[in-house]
Amino acid sequence: MTTVEHAEHVDVEESAPTAAPPEERPIGYGRLKRKEDPRFVRGKGNYVDDVLLPGMLHGAVLRSPFAHARIVSIDTSAAEAHPKVKAVITGKTLEGLGLAWMPTLSMDTQAVLATDKVRFQGQEVAFVVAEDHYAARDAVELIDIEYEPLPAVIDARRAMDADAPVIRDDKEGRTDNHIFDWEAGDPEAANAVFERADVVVRQEMLYPRVHPAPLETCGCVASMDPVEGKLTLWETCQAPHAHRTLVAMVAGIPEQKIRIVAPDIGGGFGNKVGIYPGYVCAVVGSIVTGKPVKWMEDRSENLMSTSFARDYHMTGEIAATRDGKILGIRADVLADHGAFNGTAQPTKYPAGFFHIFTGSYDIEAAHCKVTGVYTNKAPGGVAYACSFRVTEAVYLVERMVDCLANELGRDPAELRMQNLLRPEQFPYENKTGWTYDSGDYPTTLRKAMDIAGYEQLREEQRRRRAEGKPMGIGVSFFTEVVGAGARKHFDILGLGMADGCELRVHPTGKAVVRLSVQTQGQGHETTFAQIVAEELGIPPEDIQVVHGDTDQTPFGLGTYGSRSTPVSGAAAAVVARKVRDKARLIAGAMLEVSPDDLDWEKGRWFVRGDPSAGKSIQEIALAAHGTLELPEGVEGHLEATTVYNPPNLTFPYGAYICVVDVDPGTGVVKVRRFIAVDDCGTRINPMIIEGQVHGGLADGVGMALMQLIGFDEDGNCLSGSFMDYLLPTALEVPDWELGYTVTPSPHHPIGAKGIGESATVGSPPAVVNAVMDAIGVRHADMPLTPSRVWHAMHGGVGAPQ
Amino acid sequence: MQVPASFDYRRAESVDDALALLERYGDGARVIAGGHSLLPMMKLRLARPEYLVDINDLTELDYLRLDGDRLRIGALTRHRKLLESEVVEHFFPIFTDAERVIADPPVRNRGTIGGSLCQADPSEDLSAVCSALAAEVVIRGRGGERVVPVHEFYRGPYETAVGVGEMLVEVRIPVRHRAGSAYEKVERKAGDWAVAAAGAALALAQDGRIEVAGIGLAAVGADAVHARAAEELLRGREPSEELFAEAGRRAGDDCEPVADNRGTAEYKRHLAAELTSRALRRAAARAAAGVEAGAGV
Repeated sequence: MTTVEHAEHVDVEESAPTAAPPEERPIGYGRLKRKEDPRFVRGKGNYVDDVLLPGMLHGAVLRSPFAHARIVSIDTSAAEAHPKVKAVITGKTLEGLGLAWMPTLSMDTQAVLATDKVRFQGQEVAFVVAEDHYAARDAVELIDIEYEPLPAVIDARRAMDADAPVIRDDKEGRTDNHIFDWEAGDPEAANAVFERADVVVRQEMLYPRVHPAPLETCGCVASMDPVEGKLTLWETCQAPHAHRTLVAMVAGIPEQKIRIVAPDIGGGFGNKVGIYPGYVCAVVGSIVTGKPVKWMEDRSENLMSTSFARDYHMTGEIAATRDGKILGIRADVLADHGAFNGTAQPTKYPAGFFHIFTGSYDIEAAHCKVTGVYTNKAPGGVAYACSFRVTEAVYLVERMVDCLANELGRDPAELRMQNLLRPEQFPYENKTGWTYDSGDYPTTLRKAMDIAGYEQLREEQRRRRAEGKPMGIGVSFFTEVVGAGARKHFDILGLGMADGCELRVHPTGKAVVRLSVQTQGQGHETTFAQIVAEELGIPPEDIQVVHGDTDQTPFGLGTYGSRSTPVSGAAAAVVARKVRDKARLIAGAMLEVSPDDLDWEKGRWFVRGDPSAGKSIQEIALAAHGTLELPEGVEGHLEATTVYNPPNLTFPYGAYICVVDVDPGTGVVKVRRFIAVDDCGTRINPMIIEGQVHGGLADGVGMALMQLIGFDEDGNCLSGSFMDYLLPTALEVPDWELGYTVTPSPHHPIGAKGIGESATVGSPPAVVNAVMDAIGVRHADMPLTPSRVWHAMHGGVGAPQ
Repeated sequence: MQVPASFDYRRAESVDDALALLERYGDGARVIAGGHSLLPMMKLRLARPEYLVDINDLTELDYLRLDGDRLRIGALTRHRKLLESEVVEHFFPIFTDAERVIADPPVRNRGTIGGSLCQADPSEDLSAVCSALAAEVVIRGRGGERVVPVHEFYRGPYETAVGVGEMLVEVRIPVRHRAGSAYEKVERKAGDWAVAAAGAALALAQDGRIEVAGIGLAAVGADAVHARAAEELLRGREPSEELFAEAGRRAGDDCEPVADNRGTAEYKRHLAAELTSRALRRAAARAAAGVEAGAGV
């Protein structure tokens, strides 16, 4: 079943903050101000760096100045002599504990502190623990290290050269920098359609290395209780339960003696999925000194050493008939994974979900091949709201469709409309193994075009071009794949991606719901209360959402890949329905009727045919804890637990249109308008959805126009501060014009599909397509800075480094 | 968190007090006003002053005064005051143009003209503005004051004519008749350092020819604050589109930009030319509008 709702009226004025739609007071879904915001707007959030413990010490990391160098010697004596220094930890110290290397999320190994070589600039070499942060930093400068610089691999395209230095010579028998080859689709079928196609367009493109750059950098407070043998670790962490299990496995501490607390998190975007060497060092520092140790990285450390995103060198090919029917798509990708393969993605999928690159189109065949290589750059490759590499896939296909439109002289919106999947094709088996759950793509695209006034924009563009004023209109249509996922197919380091949830209704009818996922700004404390409210009729303000503390919450894999609502949201609905079912039995006992004769309306069970005879959920809760004689087999109290194992992933989608003006004399791009029509299935809190979309769109504009983690030829990182790595502000983005359609996911308990990453995934190609449309160039790589746009207009511009 | 190496801090109570402190601590002392450049450099440990002399209490240096044929600006005058001043906008719209694109409101609330000039960053906007306007600066030491043309003040990246034990106390800008000025800047985002920027100030003679021309550039090389060849071309000529284009080309030829994250050298040279001619065009239009309105005559 597909229903399509239309936002009543969406225009520029309505998107402006002054004319925000009125807040509702829903018991269930609807616009509701976030429950967590009062503490944030008062400056009363509680972040890791706010954690202060008695006797707490401070750690600081000494990092490599070289991209690739052999360590000849390390002299820590001067640092150890510093009066405020309590410990200096090196790779040698860790070797003694078996902790010099740790496993990565991709089953590789990563140096905690370098022993043999440094392999990227900013790599961790030593850790100082001191009485205060200033002393720790001062003492870091007192450590004397002799390096023997080695040639470095900076350009991934050179990583497999015969004479390329071998980065991972720590691994027995390694003679090159190859990590993996992976493919999806059917190469023969793809070859066949490419051979008979009228038109084949090929385009090389780089999705440059960017960074999630959360405003709160990564860090932790490690406190090992020497009496209890219990480790408490406050961490900036998107996945507390996965971290607990990993810490248990790596450090050999029994899992029940580990408590991970992820308090308020100032943005994650994937940057806070992995385990960083600093966490391990802080734990060791606490064990060695017997005191709690805080380690918070600074901005440069975050940008230079923690999980980056993208860095995909892609060659796309698209085959079509002369009249514009797309037949097939191929992609050949070289993935730069940095010095250690630390990508966070399900084990079966070393290139994440890149094989969603067939996009939103009805095509006959597809094939992709991805090769991962090591380079002398920071490891990671997880993140930045990418839905496991869907960002790269969507960028590839949406740029290729525009390249095809350019080749055929077709309007890019019209060409998309011609090739979009039709509503009756769902559920749709794509050519690389996905089953798209639901959608009505043409309606969504048409809606975006209507909000934009697409035909009038094209008219205006013709007029302005005649005046020598380049204006561009860029379209993208994306299909996301999120909500990983079924235990059978999706795991990280062997941990299946199903989420637990516990719900307890107190005697007075107030409730507490315990989640495994951890919010980093997504508004879980509100959204999950609303899900339970919708199912039980308890007002959201009466529902406490507990999360982020492994001692208080059930197991689950965490918040990334837009999985919170698709997986844990489903768990919350299922557990609430279990409670509702139990409430029915209790209500039957209270009303002295058979539970089968009861009907539910939000908040109460009542006797069928006699609505006045009923019991509210609050009355039932009190009775459940009281003296009422319960039917046989029914236990007292009102609570339930569940573990939700998703039957399929969910496939949110959307149509985005971007309008830009380009100053032909300077290459400066101004994003004039941006229209985003999203379909994330059932909408729980439209206000939160809009906030997520706004943020993701700003991310997209940032990546398209200004962001790059760049390196010089020696491997020095050129983007180690916010002066060099740019975050867009309100001045670089327009008033967002949002619309929506709703096609609920048929397999999800509440029909929700997830929204967290849609805008980040869908917006960069819309911006790039708009700029290319403005300047009449087929392709130029991001970031489209004024300099790069100007060069693209005057002879072309290569990939950034 | 990035933290600076240890340093000592003194809060000056008067200009004389500040000068005494600067003299006493010599080479190891740095004046701090807004601190937007110095503090980040200290946190990155690129700057390690032993003493900071804080002059934020010296309100005697926070003023804008029209004094005969010049505007006197105290060194502690904040960007915001310059941005919001009607006098400045009337006589020197180039200042208002530039201030509008300097960093962001929090920086403009606290940053000062003296700090901007003394930082002597080749990308700094007010150095280019003051260069275009042929400003003079007043440097005071315990022995007295000296007045230095801004072209001699700037000695290269991060170096100025201010000596040990001295401080900048005032900026003086000549008020000209039939004048107009403008500032053009390209940045990757609001608050970023300029990719390149150009400021132009023109004063017209009675007959409409260009009598005085000043062009200041930012972010296009260590020594390119002042585009002399372009200025020479303009003097005595009738304003025209072709003349401004040619002046732009000369400004572009005259600078030595280096490639970095913000752009290639070729692009920055192009920008120097493009922005110079744009600034000249707007400066000339403003001068002409002023003559027509009878203002500034």
